[in-house]
Amino acid sequence: MIYREAGQFKSSYGADQAIFPIRQDRIALVILLALAVVAVPLFAAPYWLETILVPFLVFSMAAIGLNLLTGYCGQLSLGTGGFMACGAFFAYKLSTAFPELHIVLVFLLSGLGTAFVGILFGIPSLRIKGFYLAVATLAAQFFLVWMFNKFPWWNNYSPSGVISAPPRALFGDIYLTGIQATPEIKYSFLLVFVAVMALVAKNLTRSRIGRTWMAIRDMDIAAEIIGIRPLVAKLSAFAISSFYIGISGALWAFIYTGSVEALAFDINRSFQVLFMIIIGGLGSILGSFLGAAFIVLLPILLSNAPTALGLEISVELISHMEFMIFGALIIFFLIVEPHGLARLWQIGKEKLRLWPFPY
Amino acid sequence: MRVEGITLSFGGVRALNDISFEIKEHEILAIIGPNGAGKSSMLNVINGFYHPQEGTVAFKGKERKQMRPHEAAKQGIARTFQNIALFKGMSTLDNIMTGRVLKMKRNFLWQALYWGPALKEEIENREFCEKVIDFLEIQAIRKTPVGRLPYGLQKRVELGRALAAEPELLLLDEPMAGMNVEEKEDMCRFILDVNDEFGTTIALIEHDMGVVMDISDRVVVLDYGRKIADGTPDAVRANQDVINSYLGVSHDQMAAQ
Repeated sequence: MIYREAGQFKSSYGADQAIFPIRQDRIALVILLALAVVAVPLFAAPYWLETILVPFLVFSMAAIGLNLLTGYCGQLSLGTGGFMACGAFFAYKLSTAFPELHIVLVFLLSGLGTAFVGILFGIPSLRIKGFYLAVATLAAQFFLVWMFNKFPWWNNYSPSGVISAPPRALFGDIYLTGIQATPEIKYSFLLVFVAVMALVAKNLTRSRIGRTWMAIRDMDIAAEIIGIRPLVAKLSAFAISSFYIGISGALWAFIYTGSVEALAFDINRSFQVLFMIIIGGLGSILGSFLGAAFIVLLPILLSNAPTALGLEISVELISHMEFMIFGALIIFFLIVEPHGLARLWQIGKEKLRLWPFPY
Repeated sequence: MRVEGITLSFGGVRALNDISFEIKEHEILAIIGPNGAGKSSMLNVINGFYHPQEGTVAFKGKERKQMRPHEAAKQGIARTFQNIALFKGMSTLDNIMTGRVLKMKRNFLWQALYWGPALKEEIENREFCEKVIDFLEIQAIRKTPVGRLPYGLQKRVELGRALAAEPELLLLDEPMAGMNVEEKEDMCRFILDVNDEFGTTIALIEHDMGVVMDISDRVVVLDYGRKIADGTPDAVRANQDVINSYLGVSHDQMAAQ
């Protein structure tokens, strides 16, 4: 009843093309952002911020990146972990070689570097498609992780092979990385950063470049015949996707864990991000967030649920049940809506618009 | 537009054999012929999808080298397909907007901002697409994903996508296949209007002889990869070769002979 768009007329194409054309959506978004920016850092426990919300945001970033490539451009990739490693190690080398470089710039530059690596490993996509391409991107995954492990130059000859984020300030003495950084600062920075990057991604997908990606995804021959160059479309998707994934790797190493080794970005990481976008919804920015939330938050929720409910279950049993329920839920959601949580959300909204008089 | 001595073979199969004809500016040219005569192959040659082993294609007086389809698109050749080739995951509007890719010049950094010149460009192109949508009378479905549309409307959206590119030469591969009479009439009207209003040159493949003879200025007849006739609809209809190989004769005439 409240969720109605009757009486909201659009008198310009600009208004019609807005991301949130319905007024109630805009109000809800403002409330959500206000809650996330003001209320959460004030009231949430540091544990919540550091182990739940920060990885959620970092993973959202990676999921957006992979979604641009796989969901929008239709190029299946299993190299996500490798590209995240690229971002992390590029950022580490940059910030240790140029300590005066601002940390945000370090993140962006490491993303840029990863974009070039992405273009390089995207070249096979011009010839091969689908599962075969996925196997080709495995090369990126294994080669990159091997390279960062093999050459100690990447970790500044640290004997353990682990890189630790040097302390860097956002401005003044507000530290974003290192031990002086508080969870509140980390979370707030990530929230703003990821929100801005998500907006940029959304803008890309609804303008010319996004349409060329989707055209290549849906029917590459027809796309070429109306003037889209497959080379440019595919490689730009690889570049921009890797840019996002690289930054997420840098955020992972610098803000989430603080210290990391190359093996943290193994093939499991690639699968994890791929599952996020499949469950969240391919070809949807919102779906990237929903998928990341599902994969990151649900296990934590499940492992805490029995204690919260006051049930006396052994820790072992809880961890087993966590896996079982988690797997069952994945299957459940994929059966209910193969197009992911984002589609579920969209259907819900459409129903709500007509509720309670659907006819 | 001229094609001269086109020969195209796939392995041992000769799909096209020494074919030459001309598409004059602003005319509607129909290419007809029995199944497997090489009509679609001919269109594929014209828009750069197949590369003939022999012969030349000249567009706007300039002979062209081997080229990719997107280069042909840049020169102003657009087409529709026999079996619909729309972007199924996108809305009608997005499909038609995709037809405008060559008209949009702002780089992706501006697009990322979606503001200033990029927004202006987006809205200008949207205005053009809305004109196409009005022209094809598909306003009601502009936000519908094309996968959900019925066949006749999908064909119309595909025509819209080709029109959005403002082509000089429009290739239509069986635009009326599988349509009912009303839809065919609508489609004919659109084709004639496009030709009239925008002065677009049109080459179309069609099996419905009534339609072909009605709307086309000239007809080229192919059979087994060879051209057997080329001329006005009336001349082609009277051509004995064409009657034998394709049009056939009615029982009365057979009896008379």
